[in-house]
Amino acid sequence: MGELSRMWRETDHRYRMVGEKCGNCGKVYFPPRDICPTCHRDSIGKMNNVEMSGNGVVVSFTIVHDAPPAFSRQRPYILAIIKLDDGPTLTGQIVDTTPSEIDIGTRVRSVFRKISEDGHSGVIHYGYKFVKDQ
Amino acid sequence: MKKSGIVSYGSYIPRYRIKPDEIARVWGEDPENIKNGIYILSKSVPSPDEDVATISVEASRNAIKRGKINPSDIGAIYIGSESHPYAVKPTATIVSSAIGANFPLFAADYEFACKAGTAGIQNVKAMVDSGMIKYGMAIGSDTSQGAPGDVLEYSASAGGTAMILGNENVIAEINHTLSVTSDTPDFWRREGEPYPTHGERFTGEPAYFKHTISASRMMMESVGMKPQDYDFAVFHQPNGKFPTRAAKILGFTEKQYKDGLLTPFIGNTYSGSMMTGLSAILDIAKPGDRILAVSFGSGAGSDAFDLTVTDEIMKMDRESAPTIKRMLADVTWLDYALYAKFKKKIIFGDAIE
Repeated sequence: MGELSRMWRETDHRYRMVGEKCGNCGKVYFPPRDICPTCHRDSIGKMNNVEMSGNGVVVSFTIVHDAPPAFSRQRPYILAIIKLDDGPTLTGQIVDTTPSEIDIGTRVRSVFRKISEDGHSGVIHYGYKFVKDQ
Repeated sequence: MKKSGIVSYGSYIPRYRIKPDEIARVWGEDPENIKNGIYILSKSVPSPDEDVATISVEASRNAIKRGKINPSDIGAIYIGSESHPYAVKPTATIVSSAIGANFPLFAADYEFACKAGTAGIQNVKAMVDSGMIKYGMAIGSDTSQGAPGDVLEYSASAGGTAMILGNENVIAEINHTLSVTSDTPDFWRREGEPYPTHGERFTGEPAYFKHTISASRMMMESVGMKPQDYDFAVFHQPNGKFPTRAAKILGFTEKQYKDGLLTPFIGNTYSGSMMTGLSAILDIAKPGDRILAVSFGSGAGSDAFDLTVTDEIMKMDRESAPTIKRMLADVTWLDYALYAKFKKKIIFGDAIE
């Protein structure tokens, strides 16, 4: 049940890529943070929700061959560090492509996909992944 | 009262495709017989991480982007599908959260085989007309099922379309809508069963043709139109042959139905079928164009719509979201083994997945 509550709490950032922008220094954070690590107490009460565009560029990537169970039908899959146009850098899966089509500098955009399922009768977790931007 | 209609639209078709030749190779069928029999040249296949919720979200986001709609203004979401991810827990809740709709929201999942999405259009149109909501979104989306080796395996595909309805900045006015309904055992899937069953000879004449043709004729009579008065006609497309034959029986020409006929390239997207054909027409339609759109759902029934494209469509940047033409061009081909893995026809044990 702990996983269920955590996923539910994180729905906005997993479904819509909602991060936070510091009203003091203007820096954007994703995933969201309650306090700006630069401005500290000056940011209290000034952190505002902001939705990421989901567009970005591959900074680095790896190919996962030894996949966890939830990804066994997608093996091998691409895991990348992506620098969003909105500022933050994050880790995400790149889908609907082969490793040979991805390189450092490849433009990507976010899509809504199934992340995992809690068995055959449990809840389905959804969230963002990325595809190559054509 | 301003006439309500389609304010924006968006579709999503998974990029993976399989050809009937590949399915026929595995099951020892003659691919030419299949292609000639049902006129399907390829069908879309969902990725392992795609389902009706993800397809509906992508289609909705495309509609919102294309129409520059504020999700907070959407007061109702109805999703028609026969492959909702949950038996109990609405897909509409997932879509509402993923697009950022407001907490005060009318929402539900619909099921009426392949016409549940168009039933949603009728529902939100009535809500817009009555002033209950500013905009309403109806989605038809499916990752349809066909048992291995069954004829449905050649056609059952994946895709969806979202239509946002309102009465301001309408790109296609809905002049009239009507439905026909009867209890017909042409196609069904019992609770808990993984694959549907088709009622053999019930599929054609007593089901698809009776309902589609009746609804089309009733609509033309209601609005005083003849087939030659329409610029486009689009029908439910369980295969490439049925809608072509229905169009010809009704008196439509190939020029009128070819742009909305997608099944030969993407297969039968079930609840998304007619709506995605309409989406392809809206991609190219001009102000003043008149469209007859008729869905069909097994069980059985048909929803008919008479639409007129308005000048507003020229103000819309239709390329701001993927057009159907773009989605038809951008594909990755699968062989049967990968298709079987993607569609979970190969079952892993609990320890593996």
